[in-house]
Amino acid sequence: MVDLQSPLGVTFIPGDHGNAAGGVGITLHERTNISLIQVTAWNNTIPTVLTAIGSATGVIVQNKPGHGRVAGEKSVFGFAPGRFMVTGATPDLEQRLRAAISTDLGTIVALTHGRTVIRISGSRVEWVLAKLFALDFSEHAFPVGTGRATLHHDIHTLIQRIDENSFDLYVFRSFARSFWLTLGHAAEEVGYRVE
Amino acid sequence: MIIKCPYCGPRDVIEFTYQGDATRKRPDPSSTDQNLWNAYIYDRSNPAKSHREFWLHTGGCRQHLVVTRDMSTHSISSVGFARDSKHAGDQ
Ligand SMILES: [Zn+2]
Repeated sequence: MVDLQSPLGVTFIPGDHGNAAGGVGITLHERTNISLIQVTAWNNTIPTVLTAIGSATGVIVQNKPGHGRVAGEKSVFGFAPGRFMVTGATPDLEQRLRAAISTDLGTIVALTHGRTVIRISGSRVEWVLAKLFALDFSEHAFPVGTGRATLHHDIHTLIQRIDENSFDLYVFRSFARSFWLTLGHAAEEVGYRVE
Repeated sequence: MIIKCPYCGPRDVIEFTYQGDATRKRPDPSSTDQNLWNAYIYDRSNPAKSHREFWLHTGGCRQHLVVTRDMSTHSISSVGFARDSKHAGDQ
């Protein structure tokens, strides 16, 4: 089987970068070997679809704006009414979801080849993200597990908080290299590690 | 200006796209009254007070919203999903 190539290419340079004086403020990492599936429920099937996602993935989320959960490699979060991003390392994630969610319940779009997921973590993560996104990244406003759909420079990004100091950023694959470079510039000041 | 999206919460206006007057009422499609259609397409009251308008949360949940905004102060008194507003064309 052909391996999925990273869109970051030559711009992915493992090691320490930027201002090293204060230590490593954040770490950047591209999540690979995961499936990304968008599930959309019809207006009247949202609770049923959430149950179906739960049975297919073991991750159950509530029908509340932006609600989500993280369980190891797996994660689910809502980013619009009835729309959920489902991520996991299981190769058959798409088939499992398709088996659980018929067209009577909703639709499934496989985005594995369409999005790139960058994990950003570290003590300065909120500071660095706040340079790009006009969101409140404090934990009371953006709790662990929840997701947000927003923009940086007019380009869509989905964001999920993984833990106190980590976020996953879902960006369009074709913009991923440009975004990666922008993220690097934003992180230079605090010192960052690529791994 | 900050619009409080019912799904996403408060967001900067840069994430939204203005979609026009939400008080217009489409004439009966079978009507051939040219003045009526002309008024529907072109006439806007542009009041210097509270006004209902459509906004799309382009850079967020991508839902169509009905926003009630004071046109002179930009203060927003209500935001809801357009699909919940059964008569978006009514005042
Ligand atoms: Zn929204």
